[in-house]
Amino acid sequence: MSSPRPSLARVPAAAEPRPAGSSQPLLGCRVRAGFPSPADDHLDVEIDLHAHVVRRPAATYFVRAEGDSMLGDGIHDGDLLVVDRSLEPLPGRVVIIAVDGEPTVKRLTRRAGRTFLEASNPCFAPMPLEGRECQVWGVVTHVLHALPGAAP
Amino acid sequence: MIALVDSNDFYVSCERVFDPRLEGRPVGVLSNNDGCVVARSAELKALGVAMGAPMHLLSPAIRRQATLLSSNYALYGDMSRRVNLVLGEFSPDVEVYSIDESFVGFAGHAPSRLEALGRRLRETVGRDTGIPVCVGLAPTRVLAKAANRVAKTSPALGGVCRLDAESAATRRVLEGLPVHALWGVARRSAERLALMDIHTAWQLREADPKRIRRAFSVVLERIVWELRGRPAILLDDLAAPRQRIMVSRSFGRLTGDWRDLQEAVRQHGARVAEKLRRQGSLARAVLVFLRSDPHRLGERQYHNSVVVPLAGPSDDSRALLEAAGRGLAAIFLEGVRYQKCGVMLMDLVDVECHQLSLLASRDETARGRDRRLMTAVDRLNREMGRDTVRFGLPRQDTAWALRCERRTPRYTTRWNELMRVKVR
Repeated sequence: MSSPRPSLARVPAAAEPRPAGSSQPLLGCRVRAGFPSPADDHLDVEIDLHAHVVRRPAATYFVRAEGDSMLGDGIHDGDLLVVDRSLEPLPGRVVIIAVDGEPTVKRLTRRAGRTFLEASNPCFAPMPLEGRECQVWGVVTHVLHALPGAAP
Repeated sequence: MIALVDSNDFYVSCERVFDPRLEGRPVGVLSNNDGCVVARSAELKALGVAMGAPMHLLSPAIRRQATLLSSNYALYGDMSRRVNLVLGEFSPDVEVYSIDESFVGFAGHAPSRLEALGRRLRETVGRDTGIPVCVGLAPTRVLAKAANRVAKTSPALGGVCRLDAESAATRRVLEGLPVHALWGVARRSAERLALMDIHTAWQLREADPKRIRRAFSVVLERIVWELRGRPAILLDDLAAPRQRIMVSRSFGRLTGDWRDLQEAVRQHGARVAEKLRRQGSLARAVLVFLRSDPHRLGERQYHNSVVVPLAGPSDDSRALLEAAGRGLAAIFLEGVRYQKCGVMLMDLVDVECHQLSLLASRDETARGRDRRLMTAVDRLNREMGRDTVRFGLPRQDTAWALRCERRTPRYTTRWNELMRVKVR
């Protein structure tokens, strides 16, 4: 690729000012006849919902919710949950956690130095984590809830 | 330095990610058609179930205790993709060697920091995918493979092992490693090496490379150099596009029905054509083969194959399937019950290399139309799920459809099979 010959130094650098009248580089776009579009100077890329929701593709999984103990967080029966395994299970986050081998959706909370799993439905009492075999599976980042007329 | 990243009991690990109850229990994954055990958890190994054990020979006690699953290749393929996605964050130089093994180039890192890097890689893969991996670090692939083996078998190392070219530790490992356990050494070579009094990897490392080359092959000579820490197996060796591609499969049950074979060949042909287009090649010939079950006594034995040349190099499913169909008609024999058939595409050339003569031989617009059709078919099948668009109409309940009664949901590739989580 690079030649050791000193003659290389004679090649003018790209940044050198070009003498007047020399050819200019071509524009990298097609030239159209007719009026230019007023939007040409303001081109943006399409908004991509997937990229917005899936920040880390290798670590992001979609799962289906079954049950209604998290209605207070907007999670309905049958909703689609976006789960990021790379996020830390900090208190306050809604997580998927396997308790005794059974994955479930709960909010992590800390009170008086103890960690609890909380449902957002008052019918379910907080469950202390101590003394249980449990493993955080991932952090729920988004809920996709289908309204009437939409595909689930 | 090169890292070999190898997933532990990959298929079983994939199943456990989505069903945590399988953790700590004996789990096995069965081959196509649920024939035999192709992946075992440590607990299943402890029960004495051998690799490749036929499922129908497992004792009722083991069948009761163990969870035996059909292989879920859609899931394993996607999890493998995710693991490699993570590896790509650690190095631009990731070479997928198999579904559960990748070589990762770590050029330019200070040797003293490599182990910490390996541990971070291992933690990140584990966190993002749930798949446990082991990391073998070494200056060559053959040594990286050996290092990985050490990482796997010595829990104290925490899943990461580094072997330098010249070190007492490397010598100890190689002295304890029989040659047949080395990557790239076939069993027959190992037997012949034993006659030369070469039994361990260390003895092979100390052998004269020229002598090894004369007595065996250039490949084995390269292994000697690799054992000495000199890279001799090139990164590109395995990355070159394949010269032939094949799809074949056993029938779920023996069949002598012409229509079963026709459909199977059509299905395999469509699949293999998809692979051809994915690697950007054209085929010049199609090979079709079929055979009866050679292990079935008293059954009429027959096997045959035929090569059908194509009019010109092509990647058009219709041309390939037409050729495969003619090939099948030529070798099909009435009254034989077939166990397996397959379609292979041969004499492959690059699309790019061939563009000119294609344009010369065919009308350009027709050619573009065909190409767009095939691209659309591939895209539909990729995005909407396999077999959304098929060539010809397969029947339900055909003999050749894979037996997969115990397959878990395809959690990551099908909308209607997502993991379900209780919100109670």
